[in-house]
Amino acid sequence: MQKKWVPTPVEIAKKPDYILSGHRLCAGCAAPVVVKLTLKALPNPENTVLVNATGCLEVATTIFPYTAWRRPWIHNAFENAAATASGVEAAFKALKKKGVWKDEEPTIVVFGGDGGTYDIGLQSLSGAIERGHKFIYVLYDNEAYMNTGIQRSGSTPFAAATTTSPAGKVLPGKPEWKKPIGFIVAAHMNAYVATVNPFYWQDFVVKVRKAFEYDGPSFIHAISTCDRGWRFEPVLAMRISKLATDTCLHPLWEFDPETREYHITGQSLYLAKNPDKIVPVEEYLKLQGRFRHLFKPVRRDDLINAIQNRVMKEWKYLLKLAGLES
Amino acid sequence: MREEIVEQEERLLNGDEAVAWAAYHVEPDVVAAYPITPQTIIVERFSEFVADGLVRTEFVSVESEHSAMSACVGAAAAGGRAFTATAANGLQLMNEILYIASSLRLPIVMAIANRAVSGPINIHCDHTDAMNVRDAGWVMLFCEDAQEVYDTIIQAFKIAENPKVLLPVMVNFDGFLISHTAQKVKVFKDPSVVREKFLGGPRKPVKIKLMGKEVELSLNPKNPVPVTFGPLDLYDYYYEHKMQQLVAIQNAYDVVKEVHEEYAKLSGRRYGNGVIVPYKLDDAEIAVVAMGSAPGTMRYVIDEMREEGIKIGLLRVRLFRPFPYKDIIEALRNVKVVGVFDRAQNQGMMGGPLFLETRAALYELESRPEVVNYIFGLGGRDAPPEMFREAFDELVGIYRGTISPFIRKYIGVRE
Repeated sequence: MQKKWVPTPVEIAKKPDYILSGHRLCAGCAAPVVVKLTLKALPNPENTVLVNATGCLEVATTIFPYTAWRRPWIHNAFENAAATASGVEAAFKALKKKGVWKDEEPTIVVFGGDGGTYDIGLQSLSGAIERGHKFIYVLYDNEAYMNTGIQRSGSTPFAAATTTSPAGKVLPGKPEWKKPIGFIVAAHMNAYVATVNPFYWQDFVVKVRKAFEYDGPSFIHAISTCDRGWRFEPVLAMRISKLATDTCLHPLWEFDPETREYHITGQSLYLAKNPDKIVPVEEYLKLQGRFRHLFKPVRRDDLINAIQNRVMKEWKYLLKLAGLES
Repeated sequence: MREEIVEQEERLLNGDEAVAWAAYHVEPDVVAAYPITPQTIIVERFSEFVADGLVRTEFVSVESEHSAMSACVGAAAAGGRAFTATAANGLQLMNEILYIASSLRLPIVMAIANRAVSGPINIHCDHTDAMNVRDAGWVMLFCEDAQEVYDTIIQAFKIAENPKVLLPVMVNFDGFLISHTAQKVKVFKDPSVVREKFLGGPRKPVKIKLMGKEVELSLNPKNPVPVTFGPLDLYDYYYEHKMQQLVAIQNAYDVVKEVHEEYAKLSGRRYGNGVIVPYKLDDAEIAVVAMGSAPGTMRYVIDEMREEGIKIGLLRVRLFRPFPYKDIIEALRNVKVVGVFDRAQNQGMMGGPLFLETRAALYELESRPEVVNYIFGLGGRDAPPEMFREAFDELVGIYRGTISPFIRKYIGVRE
């Protein structure tokens, strides 16, 4: 499955968009970029069926009577996008067996936010992966329940302030650490798993193409900036997105279920070889209002250092998994 | 009317197996199900049909009933025939998606082996599970025995897929009493009678106009305009869409009757007019109303009382949603006393669900009968002839003026 494909910017730019402008997603939201890159990565995006969990992406793209989607698209509920995709996949399989559907079975692509993936939808995702349905599940991870007004999720990072984990006099934002969803999915041992960052678009599309080529379920974990929830000027979206990987907070890696190997990829592979180029997490944190209480009114070195140490611990763990550090 | 009854064979099947045989004969594209007593035999038998290659169905062994219904939604939206089965807590777990399935106008068929809802946990029959989801926009049928279960599952696909309906259909039958009780069931010898002759081959999603182009109402990627299923629908359109759904479920009333009649011509079997099943009602002064398997016992008691010269009859409600209130009004127009028997909880309600709607329907009559409610058989509590006889005698007492009418009573329960 390691077919080498090196897409050029021109090649990607020339591919049509299947999510139209005019949707109501915020400037600074990376979700539509995630959608565009995902569908541009597919060799035959025309033969695609899209499934969307409840969330910002769903509500902002389909306010009746309008739709931003140029591919067949279904939204069922919040926690069941993977189960819905199972049904779509199974139906086309059966229709093919019966000769009713004569072409190649369509590619099923699922888009779900972190709430619908880490929390309420984890069971249906795990079930669908265990059953081995062929679909590409794309998590656009903006690290909180943004659609309902910025509540903490299992993905919200430590110390981030949300409306249900506010920075108060006693608690410094969310007291728990982010759930390692990619490893959890990889632990099923039958799914192609990859983390991606829309800033590093080439790494992104190559991984989606691998997911397409893999004969089984795949899971693409995209970090997805949210100007409203992370509290930044929309113009900073891609810069912050880039920093998520450059600080090793969202390293780029993939899990190959056939070899059971982890690979560190793209910019993260560069950082693995050039550790001096790793950017301190502070550079990422200080651009976002959700971490403002780490700097004002007093600088909380204890918390900043705790985050930095945790990130390096997880980065080392990943390096070991990828065989880059013993 | 000329009937060409098709060749059938007798098999010894319990209610669950009858469902599995009906599903085998329909050969849905997707069956997504999760085990729960007393439904489990359905998916066990059906898995055997899959394992033996008798059907080309994709059997999706989901990890919960919520996912079962969710997968059915995906499969039906993709243009396939989708089927599932559950009971009790499983049905409650599905609740959220039941409403979505009906609002997306997806012709899913589901078998329910009716069972009491936890807590306390109990695996035996009552109708509380189905009654809890009676407003979910599904067509709901209640069967009396395994034969009717086989027949009704097959009919359900045709009802659901009718372009005037396009709604999911729930086929109910009593857990254990029917699901686990074997009887002689006639099934079609040749499955193609069901698949081709009755259902007309694979499901054909309806065509709609979208942006001036004709498209199939499905997730078919070949549609000239792709369909968006399940968009955000706010105050400016939601109500109109709910009205369309309301029209559809009312349309189901005629379609249930038509499909029942069409099926009867193939099978030779009828259940009243398809929506209600009257028994000895023509000259009755006293009527009892019930659903599920209890009417079988009730007929035995009625026969006994008829021999004693008591003019008592039975109305079995086969179609519960849409509620056939006009048939009920006509069937009970001349009776003086009605006893409605609910096998369901009525926590905090004036009476059981069947009672409330029957009594409301009869309000239309100028001279209204006395209508009283009996709650019975919760959690599988035995419902023997003697218990019904006692209640029926009470109805006779009300008719004769020796007993004062009441709203509701709980029978077969210790104080």
